[in-house]
Amino acid sequence: MTPPIIYASAGAAVLCLGLFGFLAARHVLRRILALNVMGSGVFMMLVALAARTDPPDPIPHALVLTGIVVAVCVTALALALLTRMCRDEGSALLPEDRDIE
Amino acid sequence: MTQESWMEGTLAAPLLGAVLALIAGRSAASAIGILTALVGSAASIGLAFAVSRGGSFRYAVGGWGAPLGIDLRVDALAAVMLAMTGVVGLCISVYAVGYFRGKEAEAASSRTNTGPAWLFWPMWLMLWGGMNALYLSGDLFNIYVALEVVGISGIGLIALAGGSAIAAALRYLLLGLAGSLLYIVGVELLYAGYATLDLEQLRQRIDAQPSTWLAAALMTAGLLAKSALFPLHFWLPPAHGHALAPVSAALSALVVKTGFYLLVRLWLDVFAALGTEHVTTFLGALGAAAVLWGGVQALQQERLKMMVAYSTVAQIGYLFMLFPLASMSGSLTGALLLAVSHAMSKAALFMCAGSVLAVYGHDRIQSLQGFGALMPMTAAAFALSSISLIGLPPSGGFAGKWMLLSAALAGGAWWWAAIIVLGGLLTAAYLLRVLAFAFLEPVVASSTRAPRAMELTSLILAGMAIAMNFALLPLHDLLHAGGAR
Amino acid sequence: MTDPWIPLVAVGLPFLTGIVIFMLDDRQVALRSLLNLFGAFAKLVLVGVMLWGVVNGRDYGVRLAIAPGLDVALHVDALALLFITLSAVLWALTTVYAIGYLENAAHRSRFFGFFSLSIFATTGIALAGNLFTLFVFYEILTLVTYPLVVHRGTQKALAAGRVYLCYTLAGGAVLLLAVAWLHALAGPRDFVAGGYLREFGTDHQFTLILLFGFLIAGFGVKAALFPLHGWLPVAMVAPAPVSALLHAVAVVKAGAFAIIRVVYDVFGVEFAQSLGVLGPLALLAAFTILYGSFRALTEDELKKRLAYSTVSQVSYIILGVAVLGPLSTIGALVHLVNQGLLKITLFLTAGNLAETLGVHHVHEMDGVGRRMPLTMTAFTVGALGMIGVPPIAGFVTKFYLGSGAAQAGQWWVIVVLVASSLLNACYFLPILYRAWFQPQSAPWPNEKREGFDAKAVLLVPVLFSAALAVGAGIFANAPFGPLEWAKLISSREFGYGP
Repeated sequence: MTPPIIYASAGAAVLCLGLFGFLAARHVLRRILALNVMGSGVFMMLVALAARTDPPDPIPHALVLTGIVVAVCVTALALALLTRMCRDEGSALLPEDRDIE
Repeated sequence: MTQESWMEGTLAAPLLGAVLALIAGRSAASAIGILTALVGSAASIGLAFAVSRGGSFRYAVGGWGAPLGIDLRVDALAAVMLAMTGVVGLCISVYAVGYFRGKEAEAASSRTNTGPAWLFWPMWLMLWGGMNALYLSGDLFNIYVALEVVGISGIGLIALAGGSAIAAALRYLLLGLAGSLLYIVGVELLYAGYATLDLEQLRQRIDAQPSTWLAAALMTAGLLAKSALFPLHFWLPPAHGHALAPVSAALSALVVKTGFYLLVRLWLDVFAALGTEHVTTFLGALGAAAVLWGGVQALQQERLKMMVAYSTVAQIGYLFMLFPLASMSGSLTGALLLAVSHAMSKAALFMCAGSVLAVYGHDRIQSLQGFGALMPMTAAAFALSSISLIGLPPSGGFAGKWMLLSAALAGGAWWWAAIIVLGGLLTAAYLLRVLAFAFLEPVVASSTRAPRAMELTSLILAGMAIAMNFALLPLHDLLHAGGAR
Repeated sequence: MTDPWIPLVAVGLPFLTGIVIFMLDDRQVALRSLLNLFGAFAKLVLVGVMLWGVVNGRDYGVRLAIAPGLDVALHVDALALLFITLSAVLWALTTVYAIGYLENAAHRSRFFGFFSLSIFATTGIALAGNLFTLFVFYEILTLVTYPLVVHRGTQKALAAGRVYLCYTLAGGAVLLLAVAWLHALAGPRDFVAGGYLREFGTDHQFTLILLFGFLIAGFGVKAALFPLHGWLPVAMVAPAPVSALLHAVAVVKAGAFAIIRVVYDVFGVEFAQSLGVLGPLALLAAFTILYGSFRALTEDELKKRLAYSTVSQVSYIILGVAVLGPLSTIGALVHLVNQGLLKITLFLTAGNLAETLGVHHVHEMDGVGRRMPLTMTAFTVGALGMIGVPPIAGFVTKFYLGSGAAQAGQWWVIVVLVASSLLNACYFLPILYRAWFQPQSAPWPNEKREGFDAKAVLLVPVLFSAALAVGAGIFANAPFGPLEWAKLISSREFGYGP
C-alpha cells in the first residue's frame, strides 16, 4: 500500500460517510455538513491522485483549489438560505420532512 | 469578425454584464441587462453562423493551451444550444423588464416591499454566462465549474421570490451540490485512468474498465439529478413553480437542457466506445416513465405554474428518448429541435403564467375564466406554445417528435413510438384543459393589464416555437456540416 | 409546366385573411366584412382559374422540403379541384350568411378569423400532394375548428368542445402513428392514381392491413364513421354557420375526402381489395348509414336530427369508395358535392328558423311554412334531395351508387340504399308535413322579426344553395357539372372508362 493509495481509500471512505449522512439526515444543517464531508473526501482523493507521480501532478492541485472555492461559496449560500427559511417558517427541515416529526 | 471573437463575445458579454449590473445597482441594472442580452444573443447567433460556415473549432484562452490553460471549443451541437440560449435569453430579458416594472408599480401602490428585485439582473446574466461557458467547455473540469456557476446563480434566482421559494431553492441546492460532487468523483476516476480531462482525448483513450464504468455511472447520476429526469425530478416542480415568472422561464426552458446536453455529449460521443446499448435503453426508459408520470401529475395540478413545471418533467423525458434511438438517422436532429422548441414554448408558457398572475393576482386554473377576452395576446401565446408542446403540426415540437417517431418506427421499436404518441395526448389533456377557460366569458372585469412587453414577448416566443417547424432542414445541414459527432 | 403560385395563393389567401381579421377590433364591422367577402370571392376566382387550367392540361404544384425525404407538397388534380370548388362556393355562401347571422354578436373577429383558418386548412387538405401534407392540414383543421365549436363560451359549448377534442385528438394520434409508420415503410411518396403500396405485393400484409385500419380510424373520426361519430351531434351547440361549415364542407368532408385519397391514391382500390379491407369498410359504412338514420328518427331537436342525418349521409361516400367499380366511384365523388349542397341548405334554413322565430325543435315547426315560405321551400328542396327524389341532386348519387353496387354484384348495398331512403323519408317528411300542412299550434318561441320571412342576407344564401342543389340534379350531365367532373376523375385517376 503506497501512501497515495491509502489517502485515496481514506478519501473514498470519507466520501461514502458523507453520502450516508446526506441521505440519512433530515435537519438541513446536518445535510450541509454532510455535503462538506463529502467534499473533503473528494479533495483528499484528488490530492492523492496528484501524489502518484514525482514531481506531483499540478492539475489535480488546481482542481482542488477551484473545488474548495466552489464548496465555500455553495456552503455560504446554503447557510444563508437556511437561516432565511428558519426565520420565515420556524423550521430547519424541508417542508416534506416536517410532518414526520 | 473572426469566429474567435464571436466566441469571446458569447462568453464574456453575459459575465461582464453580470459584474457591471451588480456594481451599477438598482438604477441601471435593467438597462445594462438589456444591453448585455442584445450583445450576448447577437454574439451567440453570430457564433452559430460561423460554425455553420466554418465547422467546429477550438480556441486556447490566453494562448496557454491544454492541459494548463483553458481550451474552449464549439461544434454544431454546442452552437445550436448557444443560439437557443441566446434567442430565448433575449426574450426573457425583455419580458423581465416589463415584469419588474409592473411589480414596482404594484409595490408602489400597495406600499409593500418586493425585495431587491434588481438583483435579478446580475444573477440572470451570471446564469446565462454559466450556460454559455458550459456549452463552450471542452474539458470535464471546466464543465464542473460552469455547472456550479449555473447552479448557484439559479438558486439565487429562485430564492428571489421569497416565501415558499426559499425551501425550494434549498432543496435544489442540496440535490444539485450532491449531484456535482458525484460528478466530480467520476471526473477524478477518469483522470486517474486516462490522465486527461479533455473530452476529445478522453474519447480516443477510453476503454471498458470497471473504474471507467463506475466513473460513468457516478457522473450520469449527478447529471440526471441536475436535469431532473424521473425519478430525480422531485425538486423541480416546487422550484420552478414558485420562482418569479422570468426565473421559471429561464430555468425550465434553458437550465434543464444543460444536463441533457452533457449526457448527450458523454453517452453518444465520449463513452461511445464502452458499448452503451443497455445504458441508452435505461435512459430512454427513464425518459418514457418521465413522459407518463409528468403528464399525469400535470393533469392533477390546480395551479397554472405548477402544471407548467410538471410539464417540464414530462418534456425532459421526451429528450431522453433520443438515447435508445440515437443510432437511427435523424433522431439527433429531431431531439435537438425538440429541445429548442421546448425552450421556446416552455419559456412562453411561464411568461403567460406570469402575465396571468399579474392580471388575476392568482393562477388557480379553475378561476381563469375569460382570460382569452381579457388578454388575447397571452391566450394566443398560450395556444401556440401548447400546439408545439403537444406536438401538433405545424410546430417545432411536431417536427422534432416526427423525427423521433420515424426513427423509432424505422428501427421497429414501436413501443417508443407508442410512448411518444401517448405522451402527446397527455400533454394535450392538461394544456387544453386550461385553454378552454380562455373561451368562457370573464367573470370579473379586471382593470389591470399586463405590460405590453410581457404579452408581446411571450407571443413572439410562441410564434418562434411554431416557426421551428421549418428549422429541421437547416438544423440537419448544420449538424452534418459542423460535425456534431 | 408546373405553376407553383396558384396553389400557394389558394392556401395562403384564407390564411392571411384569417390573421388580419384576428387583429381587427370587434367594432370594425365594415372592414372585416369587406375582407371576408374579398377573401371568399378572390378564392372563387382562383378556383375558376385552376378549373380552366386543369381542363387545358396545365399542372399546378409546389413542394417545400421540411427534412431530408419529407416534403410538404401541394398539387392540383381533378379530385382536389372537386373538393376545392365545393369549399370555395360554399365558403362564399356561408360567409355572406355568417355576416348577417352574427350581427351584433360578441367576439366576431375571433369567429371570422378562425372561420377563415378553417378554409385555409380545408384548402390544404384538398390540395395536399402526399399523406404527410394531408395529415398536417387535417390536424390544423382540428385546431382551428375547436374555437368555433366553443364559440358561444357557455359551459355546454365547452363540454361539447371537450368531446370534440377527445375524438379528434385521439384520432389524430392514431393517424400520426400510421402516417409516420407508412412513411418509414414506403419512404416519401406522393399520391398517385392507383396507389403506391401495391409494389409491396404480398410483403408486410399484416402491417398494411393494420395501417389501413389506423388510417380509416383516424380519418373516420372526422367523417363520423360509427362508432367515431359521437362528437358530431354534440358539436351542434355551435352557431348555425359553423354547423353548416362543419357539416357540409370542412370537417366531415375532409374526413371523407381523406378516406378517398387513402383508398384510391395510397393503397389503390384494387390492392386494397386484395388485402381484403374494402369489405369490412363497406359493412361499416352501411351500418353507419342505417344507424345514423335510425338515430335521426328519434331526435326532436332540429339540428341534432340534421347531424345524425349527416352521420348517415357521409357514409354514402365511403360506401361508394368501398364498393369496387367505376359507377360506385362516380356515385361517391358526386355525393361529396351533392351532400354538401343539400346539407348546407338544410343547416342554413335551420339557422334561419332559430334566428328569426327561435324555433329549435321539430315540434315547434307547425305552420312555419306559411310564416317563412321561402326558407321552408329551400328546406323542402334539401329534404327531398336527401331522400333522393328526382330531379334534385341526391337522386343522382343514389342512382350511381345503386348501379355501381349492381355492377359489382353486391346486392345487399342496394337493400341498404333503399332502406336508408325510406328512413330518410321517415324523418324528413313529418317535418315537411308540419311545416306546410299543419296550422300554427303555439306562438313562436322567440320571434325576433316581424316582417316577411328572414333577413335578406340570411335568405339569399339559402335560396342560392337550394337552387344549386336543384341545378346539380337537373344539369348533372352538363359540362362542368359535378357529375361530369366525377366521371372525368374516375377516368383520369382510376383508369376506368366513363
